[in-house]
Amino acid sequence: MKQMTCIVCPVGCHLSIDDNLKITGNRCPRGEKYGIDEMTHPKRMLTSTVRTIFSSHPRLSVKSNTALPKGLIFEAISVLDDIIIDKNVKIGDVIFSNIMNTGVDMIATANIQIDTNHGRSI
Amino acid sequence: MKTDIAIIGGGAAGLSAALSAYDQNLNILVIEREKTLGGILNQCIHNGFGLHVFKEELTGPEYASRFIQKFHEQNIQFKLHTTVLDIKKNQDFELSISSLESGMETIHAKAVILSSGCYERTRGSIQIPGERPKGIMPAGSAQRYLNMEGYLVGKRIFILGSGDIGLIMARRMTLEGAKVLGVAEIMPYSNGLTRNIVQCLDDFDIPLYLSHTVTDIRGKDVLEGITIQKVDETFKPIPGTEIQFEVDTLLLSIGLVPDISLFESLNIEKSAITKSAIVNQFYETNIEGLFVCGNALHVHDLVDWVTEESEKAGRCAKNYILHGASEHRMEVSVKPGKHIRYIVPQKIDFSRKDAPVELSFRTTKKMESGIFYVYQNGVLIKSKKAKYIAPAEMEHLLIKPEDFISNDPIELILEEVKS
Repeated sequence: MKQMTCIVCPVGCHLSIDDNLKITGNRCPRGEKYGIDEMTHPKRMLTSTVRTIFSSHPRLSVKSNTALPKGLIFEAISVLDDIIIDKNVKIGDVIFSNIMNTGVDMIATANIQIDTNHGRSI
Repeated sequence: MKTDIAIIGGGAAGLSAALSAYDQNLNILVIEREKTLGGILNQCIHNGFGLHVFKEELTGPEYASRFIQKFHEQNIQFKLHTTVLDIKKNQDFELSISSLESGMETIHAKAVILSSGCYERTRGSIQIPGERPKGIMPAGSAQRYLNMEGYLVGKRIFILGSGDIGLIMARRMTLEGAKVLGVAEIMPYSNGLTRNIVQCLDDFDIPLYLSHTVTDIRGKDVLEGITIQKVDETFKPIPGTEIQFEVDTLLLSIGLVPDISLFESLNIEKSAITKSAIVNQFYETNIEGLFVCGNALHVHDLVDWVTEESEKAGRCAKNYILHGASEHRMEVSVKPGKHIRYIVPQKIDFSRKDAPVELSFRTTKKMESGIFYVYQNGVLIKSKKAKYIAPAEMEHLLIKPEDFISNDPIELILEEVKS
């Protein structure tokens, strides 16, 4: 038996899930789906930052373009440790494609526009 | 330098206010102390912003960029890396500003919108006993260090206060390799969103100690450890409940306060509850031409509400410049009654009653179901049902001009509906 709080809506039902994926405590069908998804293949969005060579923007924020399997989050974030951004990027640019062979891309969530001749932010 | 509207702060509130105040016949100047526009959104790299305004989940920098792009398209003037030191009002407003590039300058403005956001409460504001080592800081400062500069402030962390910033930072620092030993909350419930409790604490098995607070801090130069204790109903620590943690960092997520330090030279009417100016439905203070919006007016739980409020404040400032002030203000109060903590606006000016009045407010009680009632002269003029009401969640209610039956004060109350 596992206990969890449903986060589909603000009610926050306290769900109990037994070994046969039978859900109790939910007040609507969405809670049942949430509970089963959480037990069988939980997913999370990953947001983080990667290093850049630009002193005015030392970090570039990134996100997964869709949710990643929860169990791969720590491995995925360590992949990002090796990335160094050395050119201008726009929001939505792919920073690392197909992370951990999940088919999920890590994309930029901020713009970096540096005048590389002068090293100044424009 | 002269301008029609000076907007102080180029974050979520200032950008929205500038865009809605924009008019070809108006000069607008946005003054921002950081090197980029966007404000605190730039350090909030997690997602969940914009569900109301854009109907999608964006990260903070993405949310900000939508406004920054429009802002540049309109060619609105702005100054970065520039701090406003003081505001005075004579005929016009006189803003003393300072920047590395131009030194001290004075800006003359016909109207001012203060959209300077809020600041975090620090250790001093709750007086935690113990030694005074380094390693204790507000959670938002640690967020800035980590997400903007790439600097992790500690390896073994404890967090005091279960507000959303603290929860978000518990997850963020865990992902970056720190060990978060726990979160203590003095109240018997968390003020954070349920989904943040689940996705930031439960996902990483970080314990949440409800009805607990930090009662001792150890470490001569650097933080070495803290003690937490359970508290009773009067928030007094209960002897014998001490738990010790060896940590190098204590993050504080204990509340936000509007930053209105610029009001010092002005004779502003203030609210003891919101800790900011008292405004009418046009977000105008008792000083004609001075408008306040966003977290500088009252602390919001969603940036979407900051955007909506600031758009209105920007339009009101534009109307003020284009059509002039109201000749005779007829201001009456909006009274918070039963179960209502505060209401913004605190006043309604009945000399200009053409537009609907939106009340934004917080309750004092958590309840599953309730009805908000607005009374004028003892007569019910408006009601609204609501579910899952909580002090942490801001509520809104719209009153149309035809709903008012007189020019007298109104009162808002909340009645619980028991199922």
